[in-house]
Amino acid sequence: MFFPISHSHIDPFYLVVVGFVIGILGGFFGVGGSFIAGPALRLMGVDWNYAVGTDLAHIVGKSIVAARKHRTLGNVDLKLGMIMALGTIGGAEAGAQLIQALKRAGNVNTVVSWVAIVVYVSISVFMLWESHKTLTLQKGGSRRTVSGATAAASKADHSAFGPVTKKIQQMKIWPVINLPTSGIQISLWTILAVAVVGGFFSGFLGGGAGYIRMPSMVYVLGVPTHLAVGTDLFEIIISASYGTFTHAIKGNVDILIALVMHTGAVIGAQIGVFATQYFAGPKIRLAFVPLPLIGAAIVVYTLVTGHKL
Amino acid sequence: MKQDAAKSLRVFAAELAIYAVLVTGYFFLVLNLLGNWLYQLETQHRILYAVVAILLIAGQAVFLDAVTTVLFRLLRRRWR
Repeated sequence: MFFPISHSHIDPFYLVVVGFVIGILGGFFGVGGSFIAGPALRLMGVDWNYAVGTDLAHIVGKSIVAARKHRTLGNVDLKLGMIMALGTIGGAEAGAQLIQALKRAGNVNTVVSWVAIVVYVSISVFMLWESHKTLTLQKGGSRRTVSGATAAASKADHSAFGPVTKKIQQMKIWPVINLPTSGIQISLWTILAVAVVGGFFSGFLGGGAGYIRMPSMVYVLGVPTHLAVGTDLFEIIISASYGTFTHAIKGNVDILIALVMHTGAVIGAQIGVFATQYFAGPKIRLAFVPLPLIGAAIVVYTLVTGHKL
Repeated sequence: MKQDAAKSLRVFAAELAIYAVLVTGYFFLVLNLLGNWLYQLETQHRILYAVVAILLIAGQAVFLDAVTTVLFRLLRRRWR
């Protein structure tokens, strides 16, 4: 099928399948899935700028479906999501500015590639250590469901990193925000810092940076994993819409490709969200470990071969 | 328990089949009707195109989510 906006010929069923896979990952882990969508579009000969912009448009649609489903399960903290969206947009702009500065210096590819590898591998190693230790401490028993508890308490999960998170929450720098849905009270500045860092990597490394934001929400803010997944998806709707708008103005979005991909993502996202009900927080975090490693492997491949996927 | 899981899988497979037919029809409808118009818009009115692009993807998300929810509910009731 011919897509006139990006001047590319792509089998629509290929796009549906790619959307379906990304939808499952997004619904289950709360990530945008750009580390798969970008290379998948590039493989079909779509120009790099269109791959980035179109992927963002598709992420908006997929996140709406997944966030709506997570909301029905009580997994979205709207207040936290709104605050984080502001920080993410600011951070994304800063990341994009740094990219421009590195472009002028002439070493953008090397710097971005090495930063990406270090960040992705660090996240994976840390999450592997933490989730494994937490699961060992729990001896395989899930403590998620507490009868008669509030929504936040019933989703509360245990983390081996919990004592550090508690200390971060105890830093009561004014203004302190009460987040009853997540069951935490925390300084606004801590939330903004997490959002700005996530946004910065989104602007610097591309994509939605859910692989950084979701773990940060769990380990730094102390948000239960299920709520972090749902809230991250809600936050992605706002930040990816902003990204789609700016990329569309620059002529980087083929909305027809995004619409076709999204038809597969709708079903995939629902499966992903449905599956989260059957996994405790530490198990979701353990299953998350390979995702940043896939991102790192793609970057290593581009460094070694010189091909930009 | 196993019967419930088998029933859920059957409902899901039926939902996927109906959804696939609907989506195939939708491809031809949307791509044929909107393809040229969106192309013109993208080349001549970028800001309007950006707004329309977001509205289209958000509208499709809400619409398809509603379609799959209704399908799933109808099929589950039918198989109960």
